[in-house]
Amino acid sequence: MSSETSWPLWEVFTQGNAGEPFEHAGSLHATDAEHALQNARDVYARRGEAVNLWVVPSSAITASAPSDAGPFFEPGNDKAYRHPQFYKVPQGIRVF
Amino acid sequence: MTQTTVPQEDPALLAAFEARIAAGESIEPKDWMPERYRKQLTRMMAQHAHSEIVGMLPEGNWITRAPSLRRKMSLIAKVQDEAGHGLYIYCGTETLGVDRHDLFNQLLDGSAKYSSIFNYPTLSWADMGVIGWFVDGAAIVNQTVLAKASYGPYARAMVRICKEENFHKRQGFEICATLAKGTPAQKEMLQDAVNRFWWPSLMMFGPSDKDSPNSAELLKWRVKRKTNDELRQRFVNLTVPQAQAIGVTLPDPDLRYDAATKNWEFGEIDWSEFWDVVKGNGPCNVERLEARNAAHDAGRWVREAALAHAAKNARSVSAA
Repeated sequence: MSSETSWPLWEVFTQGNAGEPFEHAGSLHATDAEHALQNARDVYARRGEAVNLWVVPSSAITASAPSDAGPFFEPGNDKAYRHPQFYKVPQGIRVF
Repeated sequence: MTQTTVPQEDPALLAAFEARIAAGESIEPKDWMPERYRKQLTRMMAQHAHSEIVGMLPEGNWITRAPSLRRKMSLIAKVQDEAGHGLYIYCGTETLGVDRHDLFNQLLDGSAKYSSIFNYPTLSWADMGVIGWFVDGAAIVNQTVLAKASYGPYARAMVRICKEENFHKRQGFEICATLAKGTPAQKEMLQDAVNRFWWPSLMMFGPSDKDSPNSAELLKWRVKRKTNDELRQRFVNLTVPQAQAIGVTLPDPDLRYDAATKNWEFGEIDWSEFWDVVKGNGPCNVERLEARNAAHDAGRWVREAALAHAAKNARSVSAA
């Protein structure tokens, strides 16, 4: 019962097809990495949802804080010159 | 109704939170949320997870007696899915800051609630068909809407679950449709299962809106997007034509089509039965808890062995 040791928490990432990015699928508890991989296969890939799996200890993930979302990402917004639309090209010409 | 004290929330934070909800934004684990939102979600998600776990028991009852290898494989796969659904939702609940061991313990000591439908016995093979058809059908109606719930981890778990429930419902309906074309004894067995499960399935959507203490708050915060009564009506409207198609009778003399509302109107639900089962007096409440506790105890050595194995591997890696 509660005296039992909890298994560590792992985050599971799945790659749906070769060449695609890995996506967070969910989390699970497992004793070690190998066990986490096996559980991830059973829980998150029973119907061909993945061709590859990553398991990462949840404690190893550093995330940005939601309260920082504005200021943290703000600097990107005033740099319009990072976007192709910033650049004018003569009308009627296909640049690419 | 017990009156719980409403924690004082910072009005500015609360207003910002409610504006995000109104804008259709998804709330994520590290976002600020009112304590009541966290509590209500924890309660609802834990009940949902428990229901998936206890839901394995009535069906597990028939795995060894499935009438063919095909049916047996399907049933094992379905029960395995239910375990997976329980895991998705327990993990989702943990993002709210609860420990799943506490949730397990609440289930094991009988203080947690789960869907009352699983406190009814599965007496015949036809019950496997009717559970897939009615109970998983009702779950799909419910969960399709929950997939748009405001809490991100819950909504994402629901998307995953809904995909799998479709298999459950179809395997159930196939069993029913097969029995409906069978011998008189098979037809009778099917009709009997339908008679026993119809009303408890309607009760799965919870009390009528006017008697549902949690609905208003859950709707306001878009954990729920439709009321219990709206979802129940949707389920009835979907299910009546399916019953007609395979020639079974739904046990409700008041069932009739209302051309104006395009709804199948149904008779009065016996809410005294519902509350009685919720309070622990259903036909199988005791048996389900005993079975769950026995499974938990019998699995203890596996959990201990897995930990010992991991510790041994870690030692041999560090020694190498």
